Order: sequence, then structure tokens, then C-alpha cells
Amino acid sequence: MPVLDLMSGFIVELRNAGLPVSLTENLDAMEAVKEIPLEDRDAFKYALAATLVKSQNHWRAFETIFEVYFSLRGPEYSIMQDGKENDELWREQQDLQMQGEGKGQSGGSMDGLTPEEIAQMLMNALMNGDQAMMKALAKQSVQRFAGMEPGRPVGGTYYLYRTLRNLDLDNMLDKLMEANKQQAAEELTNLELRLEKDEFESRIEQFKQEVEAEIRRKLVADRGAEAMAKTLRKPLPEDVEFMHASRDEMQSLKKALQPLTRKLAARLARKRRHGRKGPLDFRNTVRHSLSYGGVPADPKFKYPRPAKPELMVVADISGSVAAFARFTLMLVYAIQGQFSKVRSFVFIDGIDEVTSYFKNTEDISDAIHRVNTEADVVWVDGHSDYGHAFEVFWERYGKDINSKTTILLLGDARNNYHATGSWVVKEMQKRGRHVYWLNPEPKSYWNTGDSVVGEYGSFTDGVYECRNLRQLEGFVEKLV
Amino acid sequence: MGKSFESVQEVRDGLKKVNYLADDGIASVVYLAQRLGKPILVEGPAGTGKTQLAKSVSEMLNARLIRLQCYEGLDESKALYEWNYKKQLLRIQADKSSDSWSEVHDDIFSDEFLLTRPLLEAISSTDPVVLLIDEVDRVEIETEALLLEILSEYQVSIPELGTITAKQIPMVFLTSNNTRELSEALKRRCLFLHIDYPDMDREKEIVLTKVEGITENLADQIARIVRSIRQLDLKKAPSVSETLDWARTLILLGIDHIDAQEAKDTLHILLKYQTDIAKAAKELSVDK
Repeated sequence: MPVLDLMSGFIVELRNAGLPVSLTENLDAMEAVKEIPLEDRDAFKYALAATLVKSQNHWRAFETIFEVYFSLRGPEYSIMQDGKENDELWREQQDLQMQGEGKGQSGGSMDGLTPEEIAQMLMNALMNGDQAMMKALAKQSVQRFAGMEPGRPVGGTYYLYRTLRNLDLDNMLDKLMEANKQQAAEELTNLELRLEKDEFESRIEQFKQEVEAEIRRKLVADRGAEAMAKTLRKPLPEDVEFMHASRDEMQSLKKALQPLTRKLAARLARKRRHGRKGPLDFRNTVRHSLSYGGVPADPKFKYPRPAKPELMVVADISGSVAAFARFTLMLVYAIQGQFSKVRSFVFIDGIDEVTSYFKNTEDISDAIHRVNTEADVVWVDGHSDYGHAFEVFWERYGKDINSKTTILLLGDARNNYHATGSWVVKEMQKRGRHVYWLNPEPKSYWNTGDSVVGEYGSFTDGVYECRNLRQLEGFVEKLV
Repeated sequence: MGKSFESVQEVRDGLKKVNYLADDGIASVVYLAQRLGKPILVEGPAGTGKTQLAKSVSEMLNARLIRLQCYEGLDESKALYEWNYKKQLLRIQADKSSDSWSEVHDDIFSDEFLLTRPLLEAISSTDPVVLLIDEVDRVEIETEALLLEILSEYQVSIPELGTITAKQIPMVFLTSNNTRELSEALKRRCLFLHIDYPDMDREKEIVLTKVEGITENLADQIARIVRSIRQLDLKKAPSVSETLDWARTLILLGIDHIDAQEAKDTLHILLKYQTDIAKAAKELSVDK
């Protein structure tokens, strides 16, 4: 039975992508699919999602893989028109699709149009939010502009780029806004303009996704699901490396950070209270003894309130590790309630205190922006010099370190062969409570080239590899 | 459970009748949960109708809603059952002389002295019930284990009485605000449903059904403004319930077309942080 094969391939791919799918969940999915009529593709998708995906962060990965494995297939998706397929499932799907589409067969009649006419039609469709037309146009433009050839080892993004460039989608928004202005009877207010813009943006985005899906369907038809899924495999947000994240990945990282901080704060507050028992709560004990006829059989204790640690963050914000420093600072400030005091310092070859940027604003990303633009961190040439930065730090702020202070040093310790100044770290450890070093580089790179993390590390209470959110989260929890 | 659903569409229509607008995902998962007899773990931002879903399903099925509000420190005696010590004491003291020890012992550990708590109540009920375990992420990870037996086997074991098995399988909803990762064991036993902010069209529909006397035009405008606001980088994005509050406020104020000034004056109903309000006002070019 092809569906069964497809399902097991699908689940293997989910596991490859990093989703924890257990055997019982696999069985549940099979059970669930039985209850759903196969032709209802949406319900089928949600049935699989409900049984296999147990965290919202994994939804995107799931969706991509689902699209690849259970995408609509048919001759109109094969890149060569004469491509013959005789997969059974494929034929099933094909029939369904025919039933479903019926009316939307506008694709065929478009072959005679010029590119300009297509662009014009697209603009009209976007203007009026005509869904069926947008779909048909997406299909048509991929066929025309993407220039797909069977077996060509090119990724989907290339075809997407080609298609969109031909449609001049970048200027579409401006054109739409312009046309809208002319149509409107009276002058639109700022609020209305803004709303219109958001509306058009979402429609264009929708169209883009339609094009992308179309390309993917064609590629799957050409290469098969397994090969396609492999090229699309992306790390989950919590596994994205700080140092190599693309712009899109940065966005998703930022999104993942917010719930994470909330989670951490709640968990830490709870942990603090539950660590150990405090003194006897007399009132509460007597109150509960009433259940036992006055015998205090169930003693109650007060919650302990241990002191919160003080934190000093000293971060390297030079190009290579800037993203990592940014995320760590964001995380630390988002849970600053867990510390009695947080001070932060940034350096490249000079060092500057940036605590005040965070103090007067509630908007952390705004503060981070100021750190990147306003902090005075360049001393000579703007190349990392840990030694000098540490020495200045000790001179200016060393006296503020006391036995309650925990110090976090962030950076890859690539010192450009300058003097290390590791005696400062040694002094810090002597005076402070703990000193930790977080390194965003993979462990195998440590102490290679100009990295001197080992030398610093010997004076700290631990050097931790912090390449992704998962590791960062793990460390912060340990810290408090 | 009285009747069982035949199709996803039926669930959808049924929920619509009780004024809950489900999207495809919600309807599919509710349908599946009932067909497979599995609990649903509902997750998502605050104020998107997680708890309301359970209420609406119970209304749709004409079933009693039993609610267990979770909190830190919740234990067996609050969630499952507790022996009624006072009554037991009274029973022992009432006739000290007449009964032998074994009689008394059997007697005080019987149904009469058992206080049922939500979970046991849901199981022992003979008429259909919907069990709502609200904010399950608030209990400690150890306490979660309490739920496991009931969620997978629909039974409760009481050492003195034996195992009580469900007379009918109740529909179970667990909600979570995701303040911590739930244990694998719990997740594995549930179907997972993430309810996010609705898209614009659905939000408009929700406003239209939930707010009396609202015009199509105003609902449309509200939905569009809320969507634009949600796209901003805010501390707390407006939830559906806040959208509804806002719509009701506008109705009360007799506004049927929102202009910039009115939007600015009422933003504080939608947003709860001063920085967010300032940001939204600026972004929507209301503040000029």
C-alpha cells in the first residue's frame, strides 16, 4: 500500500529533521489517519500534526516536509510536458484534484498572453484580492519564467528568484499603493494608508508562497520526495547556530527567544522557591492539623527566600560574535528579575559600560541597537583585543566585584595574537563568586589559530559551548 | 459520550451553533479526539479561546463541564479524591462500643466517606462530561504524573477501594500557556493543538458573532487594524478577547467608523503596556 510507504518515509524524514517522534505517536498517527477521509487534505494534515508534532516550534519543519511528501502531483507539475508517471497514489490524488478544481481551469487559456499582460493581470488580482486568479497566475508564471529543466541540480530558491524577478514583484507594492490612491475618491488618512499597505503586503506574501509551493511541487515531481526533503532540511530554531544564522533564521531566533525567556523566568522563580524547605510555618501547620483531629500530622514549612546573585556580563561585540552577544544580552535582560543587579559591558579592543542603555527603556531591542551604535568600544583599530579590554575593565570596575558577583565572559577568545591579560580573569575569580566563559564556537575549534580560550578557561569555573538557543537556555538555567 | 461525530464538518457546524468559530485545525483535532478517545492538549498565546473551546464543546455536546484549575502545589487531595477525615472521626466516635474493628474499618473507607475531586468526578459521572484541566503548565513536573493514569486509561486507583474505571470516556481538554515544557509522557498521551491568533477573516467573523449590534464595516476595520498591530514588535500582542473588548467599547461610544483620533483614544483597551501603546500609535501614524 503506497500510503503506508509514504507515511513511513514521512516519519523518518521528520526524525531526520530533529522532531522527536516516538513509536506510540507513530501508531497514533496511523490510527488517526484511518478516521479521516483521504480526500480531505487539510484534515489529513491536521491529523498528522496533532499526533506527531507536540511543539509549536516544530510546526514549520513539519509543514515543509508535509508539503514535500503529500503535495499534489500530476502531469501538470512535471517539468517536461511529456513526463510519464504511473505512481498509484499519484493517480488517486490526480482524480481528487480534478474534482476539486473543476471551475478553476483558467490556467490553459493563459498561454497566449505576453509577460506584460500577465504582470497587469497579477496586479489586478492583487488589487481585488482574487484568490483563484492569484493561484492560476502563480502556476502560469512558474511555468513561463522559472525556466525549470528536469534533473538540473539547482535549489528552489533559484527558480523562485527568477520567477519573481520577471514579475517585478519588488515594485508591485508601490504600484498598488499608487493605483489605490488614484482610485480612492478622497484623500486617504495615514491610518487608512497604513492598513491598505498591510493588506497588499499580505496578499503579495501569499502570492509568493503560492509560487514557492508551485515550484516545490514541480521539483518533487522531478526528483522524488526523499531527495527534495533532504535539500529543504533546515535546523529547528533552537538548533540554529548564532554565528552562521541567515537573516531569516535570525528572525525566527528572535521569535523563539521571547517565549523562551518567559518560560525561563517562570521556571527559575519556581525553582528558587522550591530548592529547599524553610522554617516551620506554625499557622499553616495548625490550620492543617484540623483535618487530623488536632494532631499536627502534616507539618508545613515557609518558602525559603535565598539571595539573588549579582551579574556582570562582559561581552565581545566584534563582527564575528556580535549576534551571539546580542542574544545573550537580550536573554539576560529579559530575566533580570532573577538577579539582584545586572551590569553589562561590551568591548572590541576598548571597553564600555552599557548598563544605562537598558535601564531607561523597556524595549530591549532598542537598547541592543544603541549598544551597537553608541557604545565606545574601539580603542585602536577595531579588532578584538581581549587583553587590553580586560585590563581596562579591571582598572575601572574591578573594585565593584564582590563575593556575590557572578561574571559572564562572552566571546570566541580570538585575540589576534595580542597579549591575553589572563591575570585579570584570575583576579576576577579570586574576588567574585563565579566566573563563566561562554563560547559560541564549536568545541573542536577552540584553541586553534588565534583562539586562546584554554588559557582564560583555566581561571574560570567553566567554559561552555553556546552555539544555539538550546545550549544558551541550558546554561542560564544552571546559572541561577 | 452520547453521540459520536460523523465528520469534521459536523464538528465545525456544531461549534458554530454555540458561537465558537473553529478553523480547520481546531475542528479536525476535536473530531479526532472524540473518535480516538484521546485528550487534547491545547497550547497558544493567552486570550485566544483555549478555555472557551472546552466550554463550547461541552455546550455543543450538552455535557457537564468539570473544571480543574491547576496551580502550584496542587496535589492528589485537590485533584483526585480525599477521605473525609472529620466524618470518619465522627463515625468512629458515634458508636464506639457496638461495632467490631473490622466493621468500622470497612465502613469508614467506603464511598460515603470519599470526597470526589474534579478528576474522579469526571470519571465516575454517568452522564456525559467534558473535563477541562486548565493551565496544566502551572503544576510541578512531579504532579503531572497524577494525570497520566487518568489520561491514558481513564481510571483512578484508590488503594482502599480499588480501581475506579470510567463509565463513559469523557472528552478531556488540557490547556497550557507554555510557561514550561511539559513532560514527554504527558505530551505523548495527548493530541496537540496550537491555537494561534486567528487570521483576519476569521477574526472579523468572530467579532461579528460575538459583539451585538456591530456593522460589517466596523468589524472589518477592527480586524484590519488589529492585524496591523499584531505585526509590530510588541511586548504583548492584542488577544482575541481584547479585540472583542475593543469592539464593544467602540459600540458603546457609538462609533461606526474608526478614524485616527478615536483609534488613539481607545488603544489602551487593546494594549496593556504604555510602551506598546506609544509604539502602535506612532506606527499607525495616528500620533501626528
